Amino acid sequence: MTSVRYTSPAVILHWLIALLIFVGFPLGVYMHDLPLSPTKLQLYSYHKWIGISVLLLVGLRLVWRVTHTPPPLPADLKAWERAASHAAHGALYLLMIAVPLTGWLMSSAKGFQTVWFGVLPLPDLVGKDRALGETLEDAHEILNFVMLGLVSLHVAAALKHHFVERLPFLQRMGLGGKE
Amino acid sequence: MNMKSWSVWLVLLAAPVAHAVEYRTVLPAQSSIGFEFVQMGVKIPGGFKRFNTQMSFDPARPETARATIEIDLASIDAGSPEADEESAGKLWFNRGAFPQARFVSSRISALGNNRYEMRGTLTIKGKSREMVVPVRYTPGKDTARFDGSFALKRLDFGIGEGMWADVETVANEINVKFSIAATGK
Repeated sequence: MTSVRYTSPAVILHWLIALLIFVGFPLGVYMHDLPLSPTKLQLYSYHKWIGISVLLLVGLRLVWRVTHTPPPLPADLKAWERAASHAAHGALYLLMIAVPLTGWLMSSAKGFQTVWFGVLPLPDLVGKDRALGETLEDAHEILNFVMLGLVSLHVAAALKHHFVERLPFLQRMGLGGKE
Repeated sequence: MNMKSWSVWLVLLAAPVAHAVEYRTVLPAQSSIGFEFVQMGVKIPGGFKRFNTQMSFDPARPETARATIEIDLASIDAGSPEADEESAGKLWFNRGAFPQARFVSSRISALGNNRYEMRGTLTIKGKSREMVVPVRYTPGKDTARFDGSFALKRLDFGIGEGMWADVETVANEINVKFSIAATGK
């Protein structure tokens, strides 16, 4: 069997972003309803730093994606499964950009600049505007729950192909070893 | 025209020059008091919409100048509605007990080049501190402007007590900037 594995940089980027999303998402849900406190301000900052980190790493992933061809899907997959897989992956890429971007813009519109790790100030691409800030907050929330749905589908599909259909699936995003 | 009417004209023309202007009527709509604080490494601008300034300033006799500024703390813009509301509480301004901040000048000295040093007492939340505030005077046709900025340490006044005393989250140093417009009498 030929190699079905993504290259190591792609695998590392995938899991790094997965980790950041799995920390950043619940953090966002949790911090939102906290009463104002220094802890809340710290959590908001960490959440924003995580989001901007995802945005940067997705940029690197897109560079990988246009310079490499992903390993082919197993031949046993049905045509609709391939189509669904491509559509879901495309949508996940869009969301990994749109979610942090709406967060960044929302923050600017609400009058809080984003300073990555408290060191690197990002430009405010929109001015302070309360109504725009609330619209962007809604967009950020909706996009996040769409992402939650797609990530669940993504994980469920990978597990089903691997464990139910017994296709060599999880090693596609594994760090080598047996192939 | 005889000599007598000439001299009357001269006196009339010279009148506005002979009486030096003393600025004492402040124009609130053209004046502002703002501040900037740093929260988690992020600069956040704010300000006060309502304040009352009483002053007198004669450029020919700066040592007699005086200024009193009273700020209505309820008119704060602390960067967000959530922060505005929080700032009223006991840990911040305790606005129920101390609705105003007040600055009263004690001594004003000329530094030359339309620059002045204003000493005075700033009282916030029942705590008074001596401050030295640099002021730049910009003469105008009818309206003069008095600008300046200085830093204060919020913990000197107990602004942000308890959990908010942590200066890693909200920095201790607050930059205050003012621009006061006034006309002569």
